[in-house]
Amino acid sequence: MSKPKAPSGTSNSEEEYLGAPNNQEDNPEKTPEKPTPTVKPRASSQKHKGFIAEGSEWTFENLEAYESEIARVAENYQLDTYPNQIEIISAEQMMDAYSSTGMPVGYHHWSFGKQFLSTEQNYRRGHMGLAYELVINSNPCIAYLMEENTLTMQALVIAHACFGHNSFFKGNYLFKTWTDASAIVNYLLFAKRYIADCEQRYGVEVVEGLLDSCHALMNYGVDRYRRPSPISAEKEQLRQAEREEYLQRQVNDLWRTIPKKEKSAEESVRRFPAEPQENFLYFIEKNAPLLEPWEREVVRIVRKVAQYFYPQRQTKVMNEGWATFWHYTILNTLYDEKLVSDGFMFEFLQSHTNVIFQPDFDTPYYNGINPYTLGFKMFSDIRRVCENPTEEDRQFLPDIAGTNWLDTLHQAMQSYKDESFILQFLSPQVIRDLKLFCILDDDKKSEIEISAIHDEHGYNFIREQLAHQHNLSAQEPNIQIYSVDLRGNRSLTLHHKQRDRIPLDQDDAKEVMKHLHRLWGFDVHLKSIQDGNTTAELVCTEDTLKQEVSDAVESDLYD
Amino acid sequence: MAFMIIDRRLNGKHKSAVNRQRFLRRYRSHIKEAVSDAIKKRSITDIERGEGISIPRKDVSEPTFRHGRGGRQQQIFPGNKEFVTGDKIKRPSGGGGSGGSGDASDSGEGEDDFVFELTQDEFLDFMFADLELPNLVKKQLMKTDSYKLIKGGYTNEGIPARLNILQSLRSANARRIALGGATRKKIREAEQKLEELQADTDVDAKEKNSTRIEKLNEELERLHRRIKHIPFLDDFDLKYNNVIAHPTPSTSAVMFCLMDVSGSMTQDIKDMAKRFFILLYLFLKRNYQKIEVVFVRHHTSATEVDEEEFFYSRETGGTIVSSALKLMHEVIADRYPANDWNIYAAQASDGDNWADDSPLCRDILVNKILPKVQYFTYVEITPRDHQALWYAYEDIAQGFSDRFAMQQIVDADDIYPVFHDLFERKTS
Repeated sequence: MSKPKAPSGTSNSEEEYLGAPNNQEDNPEKTPEKPTPTVKPRASSQKHKGFIAEGSEWTFENLEAYESEIARVAENYQLDTYPNQIEIISAEQMMDAYSSTGMPVGYHHWSFGKQFLSTEQNYRRGHMGLAYELVINSNPCIAYLMEENTLTMQALVIAHACFGHNSFFKGNYLFKTWTDASAIVNYLLFAKRYIADCEQRYGVEVVEGLLDSCHALMNYGVDRYRRPSPISAEKEQLRQAEREEYLQRQVNDLWRTIPKKEKSAEESVRRFPAEPQENFLYFIEKNAPLLEPWEREVVRIVRKVAQYFYPQRQTKVMNEGWATFWHYTILNTLYDEKLVSDGFMFEFLQSHTNVIFQPDFDTPYYNGINPYTLGFKMFSDIRRVCENPTEEDRQFLPDIAGTNWLDTLHQAMQSYKDESFILQFLSPQVIRDLKLFCILDDDKKSEIEISAIHDEHGYNFIREQLAHQHNLSAQEPNIQIYSVDLRGNRSLTLHHKQRDRIPLDQDDAKEVMKHLHRLWGFDVHLKSIQDGNTTAELVCTEDTLKQEVSDAVESDLYD
Repeated sequence: MAFMIIDRRLNGKHKSAVNRQRFLRRYRSHIKEAVSDAIKKRSITDIERGEGISIPRKDVSEPTFRHGRGGRQQQIFPGNKEFVTGDKIKRPSGGGGSGGSGDASDSGEGEDDFVFELTQDEFLDFMFADLELPNLVKKQLMKTDSYKLIKGGYTNEGIPARLNILQSLRSANARRIALGGATRKKIREAEQKLEELQADTDVDAKEKNSTRIEKLNEELERLHRRIKHIPFLDDFDLKYNNVIAHPTPSTSAVMFCLMDVSGSMTQDIKDMAKRFFILLYLFLKRNYQKIEVVFVRHHTSATEVDEEEFFYSRETGGTIVSSALKLMHEVIADRYPANDWNIYAAQASDGDNWADDSPLCRDILVNKILPKVQYFTYVEITPRDHQALWYAYEDIAQGFSDRFAMQQIVDADDIYPVFHDLFERKTS
């Protein structure tokens, strides 16, 4: 996205009464000497008022100057962050980074190539600007900044990514429990090497097919409730050989064909797994009868990557809202301290407004609810409720009305995910601002119905519904591994718990079943169950696969 | 606050190149189809350019379990204008509205095709996939103008920049072991003796022993000094990476373009011929580093001309094809000795020829030209019936199927398929 340069007139005219710009660049280095940089020592202690930097072109020096100033303000707001590692990259590199879904190092797979091609296409055609930044949940926290950004944009991005997202990664409970920021880069490196090794040994296409199958089940490769063991590249490598052997032994044990002593009738009807399993990839890694040890390892890698991204998928609104709220607050603080110019603010506000723009549902630009908008509005609103609560706020949000806004905000950031955050903090004010309304679409009725709007009767309903909509387990069909026919044909049965008669997308489901079949090696059944009745059943057997292959060959022949 | 700013702009930018290639490989058949469609549409001048390719989005999608449409779904939207609770609206036809499954906003483009851009190289790759030059007995010109430097082990002499530290230290280590071997053996013996003497508790031999111990100690000291004197690194330990200049064979080819420019050849026909020549040229360029092109045009007599004149000047008059073949033969004899050059020829014509000339053409081709060329292609650009020349050439095609091919082009759409047929990889 090409940004208009800051009006050069502003900076020129200001220069005269600023005094020597050198003063300011020296200053930030002095601040750390003070024992505790408590309350804004910067502006008051300074005789010459002056801006951090001038013009719209960034240099490494003024990036550093901005970083230190923003860091100082952020600290005043008690933002606790990992150390920052800012990397300046070009647009092409940004596209590279983009297409590996934000992994700093990724294994090779065609789907990333597809992502890259479409990013590149959109960028070239001007359909879409590139993200100004990309930030990685690692320690140190890596943030990519594009070289094309103007100085103002870089400042915005530093505040947004290096302090907003960074503190979120460090503070939010989901990230704390589910991801290990210090280990991820090494683990990804290990994964990349391992998969490259496998490609060498077993052939690119074999590995690619396996990855396809794993990717299809990626969303079902996470533990939703159990805390995963921390990952570490070295340990992984060390244990890998050991694990391969051990796993294989375990699997062999499960599928032992030498008859044991006669089991009691009760024991033979024992279901395996004893409890339905939600983590497909884990189940496959541990129990699939035909996988080679290296294939289990690849399944494990995809599972670990899925687990790493799981918190991000659950905190989109909060994460973006938090970062947006802080870039807005921090840069406004700098403006209040007269450290940035009017021109800077104009450019900043223009970008900021673009970021939080929410098109109405009936415009062609509508593409769902913008998480930046919702998150930013909610965090800003929490501050408002804390500082200037109205009667309505006291009624709807009695717990936070009139409390210390900074504490409340931090507490909200730390202990919630999107669903619970919306349920807890979405105020009537925000609902009215966004003019939210709810549509009920029932396929048994000929018309769709407006079930609630932004009025007194609708607030609670909309709040619950919006929270529900941001609940991952509601967005994704609830499917679990129900049983394995251990003593028969080893077929695998999945149960899809249907709610509100919402069906699975059949075409996709059929494809996923094929992938599951490839991993499991035997027949796979999928039953959709609503209120105890089976409403639909999909089966994927060796025969159905063969049938399709011969169909495909035939159609090839006629081509 | 600890932080770091790193400039990564100089790092490689084609991290995704591998993934991109994987994608192209996976959708090879789709892309090939699109490429051959594109070639038909291209004009002459931009044959060498990338191309936008579109693949049905359904084919490139990655499946996951997700909700389909149906059932009872509720969804929140922003920007209410006139709705109040309880309003009933007709279900919007054909999608949009409430997809309900978080994927409604997947792309914002719905079921559009997946569109992306092929680079020029990739485009040509696909264009010439499955094609090959027949009779690729490479006549290699050992012109000594190109060398490739390759690693060739280690040498004892070299410039400091090529010093191989590992090998040098290895050889120094070996030398030290070898030179010190005898001395170390003596040390071990002396130490053993010393130990024995010191362990000797016999009182009588005490005095004798003490002098011997002293002597042994002196000896040991001398030996240790000697070991120390072996230099850690000596001149002849130094090993250098050896680099050999390897002459690379440069393969060269010459391409003859023969075209009839008599009155019957309209500009349209010439355009088609030009497209065909360009295809051939691009194709040859991918196989040979050096390629020269000779343009020969003819009506009743043949001349060698430059490219501009070849394609754009217009002549009138009758047609004697053999004149061009004769000239080609002369040029080969004159400038391109057949054992040094790979010779390709393409002839384009509308089929007109002076009736008596066609047998002569056949004779020249069979006796003089075909033995010298790798491949000779003839395209007849005409919607009309064939004339004598075509039949004369058909005889040749039967006898020399390995190095002579002919095809007819009716309109521009045929050019690429015909080209494809002419150079199709033959499974033998």
